[in-house]
Amino acid sequence: MMQDALNIKSPIEPDVIDKLTAGTRVLLSGVIYTARDAAHKRIVESLDSGEELLFDPRGQTIYYAGPSPARPGQVTGSIGPTTSGRMDAYTPRLLAYGLRAMIGKGNRSEAVREALVQYKGVYLVVVGGAAALIARSIKQAEVVAYEDLGPEAIRRLIVEGFPAIVANDAHGGDVFEQGKAEYRRGR
Amino acid sequence: MREIEAGKITETIARLCHEANYELGEDVVAALKKAEQSEESPLGRAVLRELLENAQIAREGLFPLCQDCGTAVIFLEAGQDAHVVDGDLHAAVEEGVRQGYTDAYLRKSMVRQPFSARVNTGDNTPVVLHTDIVPGDRFRIMVMSKGGGAENMSRLAMLKPAQGREGIIEAVVTAVDEAGGMPCPPLIIGVGIGGTAEMTMLLAKRSLLRLVGQPSPDPEVAELERDILERVNDLGIGPMGLGGRTTALAVHAEVMAAHIASMPLAVNLQCHSARHREAIL
Repeated sequence: MMQDALNIKSPIEPDVIDKLTAGTRVLLSGVIYTARDAAHKRIVESLDSGEELLFDPRGQTIYYAGPSPARPGQVTGSIGPTTSGRMDAYTPRLLAYGLRAMIGKGNRSEAVREALVQYKGVYLVVVGGAAALIARSIKQAEVVAYEDLGPEAIRRLIVEGFPAIVANDAHGGDVFEQGKAEYRRGR
Repeated sequence: MREIEAGKITETIARLCHEANYELGEDVVAALKKAEQSEESPLGRAVLRELLENAQIAREGLFPLCQDCGTAVIFLEAGQDAHVVDGDLHAAVEEGVRQGYTDAYLRKSMVRQPFSARVNTGDNTPVVLHTDIVPGDRFRIMVMSKGGGAENMSRLAMLKPAQGREGIIEAVVTAVDEAGGMPCPPLIIGVGIGGTAEMTMLLAKRSLLRLVGQPSPDPEVAELERDILERVNDLGIGPMGLGGRTTALAVHAEVMAAHIASMPLAVNLQCHSARHREAIL
């Protein structure tokens, strides 16, 4: 049987991250920030040039997502995860700078997995394509940086009961490897 | 000669964009339900249940199925005995996508100058339009909203004829294995075999328009589809890559003749949010 989902707060405290293990389902409540390809490029360019950051990732949770437009009266449009692997090139740098958690879909590079262990971070996944369902757990959304990027702008989200699964924990656990090993049929 | 108003084409495409993004096809829903019954992984079953719930929420009309409302890929079969009046055909198609994506609150995901500035065009144009001239006086319009995550995992391989059937299976299974959870499994796997480099990619894409799991009418191709599906589902990738038996819902292969020196193979992956709709004018 599958265990019940764990309720956790975001930003995720280091002692909580330490206890999370790959494969655990969680319900996240609190503050998360959306950022995807174009925003990552800008954040890292700012770090490189020593410019002031419009969004400070230290201690925070980044959600790789770019929502569809909100209808009038709705907080957000659909807001599922995008493929995390495209952010792998930027991630070790951000973890070294103090980013603590990421949410997306799909597996990460070895460099990211090592950085998660080194800097005590966690990578969560949400169900790709369950974007309408996920939208229900978003209580507030506001653009806080790079508005010109449209769907790729950085948004500050307040979430309640946001359903995610621990994919890579701070101790090297990897849900993709574990899951595949369990269900692969030998050849 | 039968006349088709350009405005009618625009209106139809706008409607199809809207419907495709809010109403998951009954064939896809049925395939997901069947997978939920047979999936052995508890986490995999939980993912499949979320997808079915997501489809219900989207159907209510406030939230599209996925935030990635895709590139608008349009297949147009134009009957040779009809002609378009009151406007330019390509412009009418683009206007349909522009209106559909705007009015239905769909995400606009196209960026101009992809190798440098990457500035969003703001209306999800340009479209990718494939036009065929066919007998008759009707226009058949198929709209596919193709998400970027799955499209990124496409493969083209110019295999050697000596690699044969097993070479095809190996190459498709490897492509799916390397893609892992990234293209949003459970997948529908489009396979193109034969033709030329560009034609085999088109065959693979076109196969995704079939009802999920509808086998090829050619028994030998249908058998190949079944064998690839079995091998893919032995990979253990499972729903969203979290482990399980359901890595793909179906394999659709389209085959055409090839040059004596060639065996082109294309793999075009479709995520579980398989969004396409068609209409006949």
